[in-house]
Amino acid sequence: MKAIRFGFAAFAFAVPLAIAAPALTTTAAAAEKHVAITQIVEHPALDAARKGVKDALAEAGFIEGKNLKWTYENAQGNGATAAQIAKKFVGESPDVIVAIATPSAQTVAASTKSIPLVFSAVTDPVGAKLVNNWAKPGGNVTGISDMSPIPAHLKLIKDVAPGTKRLGVVSNPGEANSVSLVNMVKNEAPKLGMTVTVAVATKSGDVLAAARSLVGKVDAIYIPTDNTVISAFEAVVKVGMDAKIPVFAGDTDSVPRGAVAALGFNYYDVGRETGQMVAKILNGAKPGDISVSLVKKLELAVNLKSATAMGVTISQALIDKAKNVVK
Amino acid sequence: MSLIAFLGAVEVGLIFGLVALGVFLSFRVLQFPDLTVDGSFPMGAAVAAVLIVGGMNPYLATCAAALGGGVAGLVTAWLNVRLKILHLLASILVMIALYSVNLRIMGRPNVALLGEETVFKPLEDLAIPSYVALPIVLLVMVIIAKLILDRFLNSEIGLAMRATGTNPRMARANGINTGYMILGGMALSNAFVAVAGALFAQSQGAADVTLGVGVIVVGLAAVIGGEALVTPKTIFRATVACIVGSILYRVAVALALNADFIGLKAQDLNLVTAVLVVLAMVLPGARNPLKSVFTGGGDK
Repeated sequence: MKAIRFGFAAFAFAVPLAIAAPALTTTAAAAEKHVAITQIVEHPALDAARKGVKDALAEAGFIEGKNLKWTYENAQGNGATAAQIAKKFVGESPDVIVAIATPSAQTVAASTKSIPLVFSAVTDPVGAKLVNNWAKPGGNVTGISDMSPIPAHLKLIKDVAPGTKRLGVVSNPGEANSVSLVNMVKNEAPKLGMTVTVAVATKSGDVLAAARSLVGKVDAIYIPTDNTVISAFEAVVKVGMDAKIPVFAGDTDSVPRGAVAALGFNYYDVGRETGQMVAKILNGAKPGDISVSLVKKLELAVNLKSATAMGVTISQALIDKAKNVVK
Repeated sequence: MSLIAFLGAVEVGLIFGLVALGVFLSFRVLQFPDLTVDGSFPMGAAVAAVLIVGGMNPYLATCAAALGGGVAGLVTAWLNVRLKILHLLASILVMIALYSVNLRIMGRPNVALLGEETVFKPLEDLAIPSYVALPIVLLVMVIIAKLILDRFLNSEIGLAMRATGTNPRMARANGINTGYMILGGMALSNAFVAVAGALFAQSQGAADVTLGVGVIVVGLAAVIGGEALVTPKTIFRATVACIVGSILYRVAVALALNADFIGLKAQDLNLVTAVLVVLAMVLPGARNPLKSVFTGGGDK
């Protein structure tokens, strides 16, 4: 047994050293650009953003396997792993590090002050202390914010369901992005003559019960870009259909899943605009000179089937404007 | 694996070494399966972050974090000792309650510390890069914590605490108030974990409510893995084992992140972790006297 124990110990110590040693001596090919991308958790919207980054880079002439080295790691929701991924990337010193979502971006920012960092899908980069200001961030950090255009969303609800006086929101108070969105909804809704009721779901399993708790108290339900709630979006749709309450979403990806309508961007476009920013930096621009920006491309998506099931009608004018109509 | 990635693993491993010491105290010394740590780790991070952003000295803020963690541990122990709630359940109750408490403390889910005055801030001005300086400073901190814990566990109160875990009936027969011992031990254990949380937030630039995910598993893996490598014959060796185990766990994670060569991907991380822990538990065989506690074997 002693021998086995020693063997395990020797193995555990020797393997990392054996791997570390050759890696320290090798250097990357000079012509190839290296983009490393870290993502906090597997999630359809964040995955779409990642794909957008890659596609935009390919359009700008940076193609994986040809002149681009693409490294991707996912922390699976674990903060300590995210920290280690950041260290791993900093150790490889790529040309640009792309960080998807706030915690991943913060841990990269804590690990390097020199390697360009482009964040994506971070709602409040100033609050997260990634940058001092949006216009001219300075330093090595810039990126794309996915802050929702809340006033436009609320106006859409009024356009589709003009009688809405009481608006319900389902959100997870544990998500930074979601909290700031809900606060914006609370500020903006009264301007359109709506009161707001918030139902709390701290995990995906609670979403159905949270949505049900709104039945009878609200005329419409709005789901912000909240990772927890979006991952159980079908539960909200089911409640909406059963109780004839129209459900609106903050992202167009949720419309084929059953939301009546959404005015927004999809995370693929968030990723694409991030990728265009990365390409600029690969071509020599300084991240500190590029201003942090909101997603520019907004589009309308409507779901006629859900509209009928939830007891609202979408005007022909809106259908004509929509980029995506689900029948 | 690059040098920075390796030292990064050591850095995170040392911070989680404090978690392992806390878990050792609850699981091993007191035989109290304590899941409170999943809440007290982010609680330490939250308390320290909020106080530092509010302008408090980072060392004081870290001490306040320890105090917060201690209170969390006390509540768990109190639920068990006074209200007679099963230890596992008591700790789960406190763990889920702490999620709400942490949100209240921070007022929002994420408090950024990037660019703030932290205990590690002076390291940025040194001649050596911070990725080298940070593990060195943490190593010193963790060794001091370990020596204090060793000293404590060999003191009169410490011996009483160990007796409480090993044989509570005998301990009571010898005039030890086992209830007080559990209260004190759990407070100390969670104070260690909260300090780890505070240091993690300060080195990684933010406190986040989700930081607690899986902390207990990591702490346990470190304790068990360490014991597989360093036979815990004495308290001194047992606490060394915790720290060694924690660092090795992080190196294993770094390895899994760099394991493209055998086809492993980031998403396989949890599986790799589980396999490593199983190996660490099985390989030392029957020699580990505490093994049966975790494998449920009846060979004692």
